[in-house]
Amino acid sequence: MAHVKDHDYHILSPSVLPLLGAASGFTMLLGSVMWMHAITPYVFWIGLVGVLYTMFAWWSTMVTESHVGDHTPVVRIGLRMGFILFIISEIMFFFAWFWAFFKPALYPMNEYIGSEYIPPEIYAVDPFHIPLINTLVLLLSGCAVTWAHHALVHNNDRKALINGLAIGIVLGIAFTALQAYEYAYLLGKGWEFGGDQFFSAFYMATGFHGFHVLIGTIFLTVCLVRAIKGDFTPEQHVGFEAAAWYWHFVDVVWLFLFFAVYVWGTASL
Amino acid sequence: MADAAIHGDDHGDERSFFVRWFMSTNHKDIGILYLVASALAGFIAVSFTIYMRMELMEPGVQYMCMEGARMFADANSVCTPNGHLWNVLITYHGVLMMFLVVIPALFGGFGNYFMPLQIGAPDMAFPRMNNLSFWMYIAALTMGVASMLSPGGDGQLGSGVGWLLYPPLSSNESGMAMDLAIFAVHLSGASSILGAINMITTFLNMRAPGMTLFKVPLFAWSIFITAWLILLSLPVLAGAITMLLMDRNFGFTFFDPAGGGDPVLYQHILWFFGHPEVYIVILPGFGIISHVISTFSRKPLFGYLPMVWALIAIGGLGFVVWAHHMYTVGMSLDQQAYFMLATMVIAVPTGVKVFSWIATMWGGSIEFKTPMLFALGFLILFTVGGVTGVVLSQAAVDRVYHDTYYVVAHFHYVMSLGAVFTIFAGIYYYIGKMSGRQYPEWAGKLHFWTFFVGANLTFYPQHFLGRQGMPRRYIDYPEAFALWNYWSSIGAFLSFGSFLFFFGVIWYTLTRGAKITENNYWNEYADTLEWSLSCPPPEHTFEILPKQEEWDKPVSH
Repeated sequence: MAHVKDHDYHILSPSVLPLLGAASGFTMLLGSVMWMHAITPYVFWIGLVGVLYTMFAWWSTMVTESHVGDHTPVVRIGLRMGFILFIISEIMFFFAWFWAFFKPALYPMNEYIGSEYIPPEIYAVDPFHIPLINTLVLLLSGCAVTWAHHALVHNNDRKALINGLAIGIVLGIAFTALQAYEYAYLLGKGWEFGGDQFFSAFYMATGFHGFHVLIGTIFLTVCLVRAIKGDFTPEQHVGFEAAAWYWHFVDVVWLFLFFAVYVWGTASL
Repeated sequence: MADAAIHGDDHGDERSFFVRWFMSTNHKDIGILYLVASALAGFIAVSFTIYMRMELMEPGVQYMCMEGARMFADANSVCTPNGHLWNVLITYHGVLMMFLVVIPALFGGFGNYFMPLQIGAPDMAFPRMNNLSFWMYIAALTMGVASMLSPGGDGQLGSGVGWLLYPPLSSNESGMAMDLAIFAVHLSGASSILGAINMITTFLNMRAPGMTLFKVPLFAWSIFITAWLILLSLPVLAGAITMLLMDRNFGFTFFDPAGGGDPVLYQHILWFFGHPEVYIVILPGFGIISHVISTFSRKPLFGYLPMVWALIAIGGLGFVVWAHHMYTVGMSLDQQAYFMLATMVIAVPTGVKVFSWIATMWGGSIEFKTPMLFALGFLILFTVGGVTGVVLSQAAVDRVYHDTYYVVAHFHYVMSLGAVFTIFAGIYYYIGKMSGRQYPEWAGKLHFWTFFVGANLTFYPQHFLGRQGMPRRYIDYPEAFALWNYWSSIGAFLSFGSFLFFFGVIWYTLTRGAKITENNYWNEYADTLEWSLSCPPPEHTFEILPKQEEWDKPVSH
């Protein structure tokens, strides 16, 4: 066998990042248990710093690798597939939250024979107020990102790329801000963080979604910085494409949350 | 960057120990790491069972005492039964075996090493992420052990709630052992999901030129299907245990009826993962067995295409049968009827596989080498486990068998005698390929026969115990169950001795086994691409992608 690589796949050099990442993740989770049991919060923060550093170092290495030409067309196909598969696994994560939401909504515990559970009086949120605005904000943000994508692919229009991304990010931040306001408002109206199955499912599902919005916003911001620095070509922009897919995934999950939890779920409150 | 990784010489490996084993981006090295680590985890998990079988050998509690765990029974001193210790042992035996032994050995170990070789890929699609999967698995293993040694329920160490972590027991148990166990499962889940993403992408994107989907060897197919099951089911488990974590620590009430929650909801979500999980455990084994049986029957595999479709069907059906694990929770008759029917349907594709293996052997010239013995053992015992599975799938019959030793016997027949036999078959089949040294045949055969007899002696009597009504998960039992428990324990000790002997065989093989000089040390029916490589293969394989004539032999399909 000849000892010259004669294929387009990406053979990587050894890296200490996986070991560091796993050790940091371990520290972070161990630390969060210690924090939950009121021992110390610091172990968690140390672990978190390690995890964030690993992510930063890992993905900057990937950007460097793409610049030196390691990301051949076939590698780019693989990266896209990998990201789609990651999104599929995320969808299955949300599957669990929706299951936990629909089960008590369809078969409430108080209808079980012998149950002593009495559902609490819950202030009925108006889904066509802030939640609807938030839906529009998020969809508009998705449109802006798609605009940026088309500008890049069809015309390599850097200005529209940067503008579209910036608008998408600002709208993403607006969503998070409105959601935070909504949370505070509902908590003021007697909603609790936990305490009843409805609150549990509501805060778990919307909170997990909100966390994904934050991740997506950071992801888009990284893409914006890279776009300003001149990265991405009409042919090669896997990072941006992944961010856009992720953002649309977050959009679609929100649509399900909006119609299921807000519109349908609060109708019975 | 990429070119820096390419070394000029197969023999002089200039990587230092740390770089090679701790910073690896090489699928073969990572595969070996997985196998070694899962052997260690397996040893821990097996040791627990020996202690449990010691306790169950005689009625009464002799070893697990509140006064301190004993290795030797002492009739002269008082022994107050320590049920928590018992519960801890069954819990960690299950958690370790399910998440940290069998998946890492079959999917992580053999999957990593041989799936890329069989499809002619130079490495995995994401070699660095591959190593992240491995180290997250080690983190999960460490956290699992830490959980066992940290304050848990009943004012003692460790969590004693059973590997399924059912609430309300798991949401009420005090201490941090339960939380650490939850995070251990999170870590192992994340590791498996990243591994699954890697395997699917490798399979879809990196097959050798000309290798269309239905020309891919069966082991690679089985890893591909397993990866899909992991990808779709493990996030759901992560959701379930995250809810458990919120219930435990933040006052959420997903599973607490006082807040309108439902413990049965946990069981549904858990088993939506749990049933695909049992196929995650066994499908890669199916793949290995197909190659072993074909090689040692000196015949091409019978019915390649139905075998592939059977894998796909088992994978798909695995997602729609979960509630047969919970017939007794109070489901409606319609639900029970559905889950019963759907469960029995799985016997069809499984039957396709079993009969195809038999048909492969039919008229073949069978060589009873150690891997073939393990494959035959698997075939017989997995069928026995499958038959008791059909019995248990009957909702009405399950009323009687639920939570008895019959169930224990059933799932140990399909896992301990099914999946674990395939691991051993794989190790004996491939150890020459991986190490360049061959195991002594007599030792492999001795290991097989002691293990075969030991494992059957352990688990076959448990069918009788179950039929007599002995419940699972108890530290003690009445005199009436004494006879078969005694023999079951004898079998467990024999299996353990055989397991220790296995480690000796491996040590002997790696240090003084006969050196292998030819690429294919079995015969021409071992015709997949890994057999075209040297033993052990060079650090970087397929630097020139294999040509179609190297693997597309007319005899194969």
